[in-house]
Amino acid sequence: MARIVGIDLGTTNSLIAYMKDGQPCVVPDRHGRTMVPSVVALTDNGLIVGDSAREHLTRNPERTVYSVKRFMGKGLADVQSELAYFPYHLSETGGVIRIRLGPKNYSPPQISAMILKELKRRAEAHLSESITKAVITVPAYFNDSQRQATKDAGLIAGLEVLRIINEPTAASLAYGLQEKTQGTIAVYDFGGGTFDISILKLKGGIFEVLATNGDTHLGGDDLDRVLVDLFAAEIRDQRGIDIGSYPDHMQAVRLEAERAKIRLSDELKTEITIELPENRGCFTRELTRDQLESLVVGIIERTLAPCRIALKDAGLTPNDIDEVVLVGGSTRMPLVRQRVEALFGKVPHCHLNPDEVVALGAAVQADILSGGTTDMLLLDVTPLSLGIETMGGVMSSLIRRNTTIPASAKEMFTTYVDGQTGVDIHILQGERELVKDNRSLARFRLKVPPLPAGVPRIEVTFLIDANGILNVTAKDMRTGQSQSIEVKPSYGLSDTEVERMIEDSFKFAAEDVGARKLIEARLDADALIKTTEKSLAEAGHLVPTAEVDGIRTSLTQLSAAKDGADARVIRARMAELEQAATHLNVAMLDDSLKKSLHGKNVSDV
Amino acid sequence: MANDQSSPHSETRRQLQMARSMCWHCQSEMSGEYFCERCVKVQPVSKDADYFTCLGVPRRLTLDPKKLEAKFYELSRAFHPDFYQTKSPTEQTISLSNAAVLNTAYRTLRDPIQRAEYLLALEAGSVKDIRTSPPADLFEEILELQETLEEYRASDRDSEQGHRLRATLQTEQQTLEGRREDMESQLRQLFTDWDQLQDREEATSQARAERDRVLKHMRDLLSNRTYINNIVSDLAATIA
Repeated sequence: MARIVGIDLGTTNSLIAYMKDGQPCVVPDRHGRTMVPSVVALTDNGLIVGDSAREHLTRNPERTVYSVKRFMGKGLADVQSELAYFPYHLSETGGVIRIRLGPKNYSPPQISAMILKELKRRAEAHLSESITKAVITVPAYFNDSQRQATKDAGLIAGLEVLRIINEPTAASLAYGLQEKTQGTIAVYDFGGGTFDISILKLKGGIFEVLATNGDTHLGGDDLDRVLVDLFAAEIRDQRGIDIGSYPDHMQAVRLEAERAKIRLSDELKTEITIELPENRGCFTRELTRDQLESLVVGIIERTLAPCRIALKDAGLTPNDIDEVVLVGGSTRMPLVRQRVEALFGKVPHCHLNPDEVVALGAAVQADILSGGTTDMLLLDVTPLSLGIETMGGVMSSLIRRNTTIPASAKEMFTTYVDGQTGVDIHILQGERELVKDNRSLARFRLKVPPLPAGVPRIEVTFLIDANGILNVTAKDMRTGQSQSIEVKPSYGLSDTEVERMIEDSFKFAAEDVGARKLIEARLDADALIKTTEKSLAEAGHLVPTAEVDGIRTSLTQLSAAKDGADARVIRARMAELEQAATHLNVAMLDDSLKKSLHGKNVSDV
Repeated sequence: MANDQSSPHSETRRQLQMARSMCWHCQSEMSGEYFCERCVKVQPVSKDADYFTCLGVPRRLTLDPKKLEAKFYELSRAFHPDFYQTKSPTEQTISLSNAAVLNTAYRTLRDPIQRAEYLLALEAGSVKDIRTSPPADLFEEILELQETLEEYRASDRDSEQGHRLRATLQTEQQTLEGRREDMESQLRQLFTDWDQLQDREEATSQARAERDRVLKHMRDLLSNRTYINNIVSDLAATIA
């Protein structure tokens, strides 16, 4: 069976991991970095992803998409309150948010697919093989639409998504593999955009989730925003500048807020410096950890209610928890650790890298699916109750939250009017009484043969599979015939739309490759220019002046080529420069060798 | 739309049992429990099998939770879709539906109350005349309590009246919780009684009457307990 990789598609960063000799490991890039920033930028040379796209956040804010995970499976109304924070343009078509990048609109799954493709390329380069199958993680509290959107993203990226698994449970797999713990654990997963709590029982290789809860709109992003609001208000009051009207500076404020928050996890105070627009100088202030904590304590408190509900649903008290595992970058904050410790009454476990543990767990799950690991089994639950609309706008629950998946429920439907040929069914997810307070998942129309009222008997099976995704089938009990159902998702792409996006994605793949080559060539050219200039400064005197002039000419030519849009030209100029600098490099090597030997006896050599 | 959980007609049942005796893949006579002994393919759990049969435990009301869990884990390892990723589509479908049935079975039997309610449904044939509405005295009491609850919800919580109502409700909650405790201990006794009757396997009319009596008593207690349970959680949520 072809290799299956594990992918953590995060709000802030994404990672790809695989199993190597029974141990999961994350794929690094050429510089050894394991995290790909979940950022996509449209540049003059096409779409770019990751570290290089991150640089465009301040340079090109309207065309640089970050935190796209917050929009997965959502409509515009769901994110109305935070629209002001995003510099890029959002709209909605067919219940799905669209993000404008240059002349075109993209759905969140398409943007996520670009990140997935980048990860796929990275793994393919590292493993020298083609990657087509993956396990992708999602927040445990993701609803059906958000899971489906993630699966769509995989398809668009050319990946067969064999399993969608929950982030905290993935983390527990990696943790269980490493620590060999038995007992009851709580996984507290506070990431860039989402919060999850999962309570699991680990016993003889079985990882049984007892309860899960969370908030898919609560994460590090929200902590940053508190700081952004504070700085923006201070800049307005002290300097009379509305920084919010400068998208590029606003991004700089956001990034500085994020960096300051991170620094304050290790330090007690830090200096904030924000460059102001229109050459108005800089805004500076000191921020202490105490100040940060008093600003964000309310947000951190919001993670505790889901923890209490999960404990209650599991029928446990904090004393029953043997170990608390921390996952996600936001758990590096000392205040978060204090609150978690106070709630559970024990010091949380944080030996594992909270940034990598989810991807590692996804790789373990991938290995289970491919038959490599056979002693571990994850029994997960559905985070939200599933039901249908009944008379009076009330939701009738069919599958309760925290039911182990796969889970199924059957419901028999009939008609009220003679000759009625259809029954409309509205599927919902949520914990509230009324339909309007729950999440609409989908609608479909059951076809019924025209018969006297009450005679038709159509049995509908609602099955939540191991991915936490709903499948609906229907059977006419009179004839025993199965009926195919066309479910129209309330907040999702239709199958035809996904297919078109897959085609588009292949069409644009060629352009994307071109853009990536150009960016890589530019980065390499920069590195070469830097080292050559350094060599010239240090050892220019060791080679003839004519050669130095030649090197300088090549340098100028390479710099010019670097600003162009042709990767091949850049590579050619680089080769020329390397050629011109051959003597210089040899001379430098000889010189350093001589220096290192200087003062030593021949016998020492 | 109407909920209908009646069992299939006897004709269908017979066909299902016949289908069950043959491997769907190699058509050989089935002797293994979940896997064909000849071709080692997973077999669908019979749609007719009750949850006790499905989990391979006796149809009893007192079950050892540890043994039940061990059985659930063992069967999860046998059926879970994770282990069928490389198998044929038919096997994947069987694995998915078997795992779903297994999960429902375990969820139902794991909880003593749900287990008893399920058993009552299975045995319903022999206790057709049981009453499903709560006894009048309990009904009156609950109605009265609902009124006090409404009054409290409408009142200013910090007023003297609010404090008084709250105190009344708190006392009521404690009384009801005590009553629920009582019912549960009675139920536990009935569970043991039922299991002993089953163990004796007597087919006399006296034994049948005794079984019906236990079932009926159990049903009454379970339904009263549900009423009390609902009002207690309502109370707890309101005065919390």
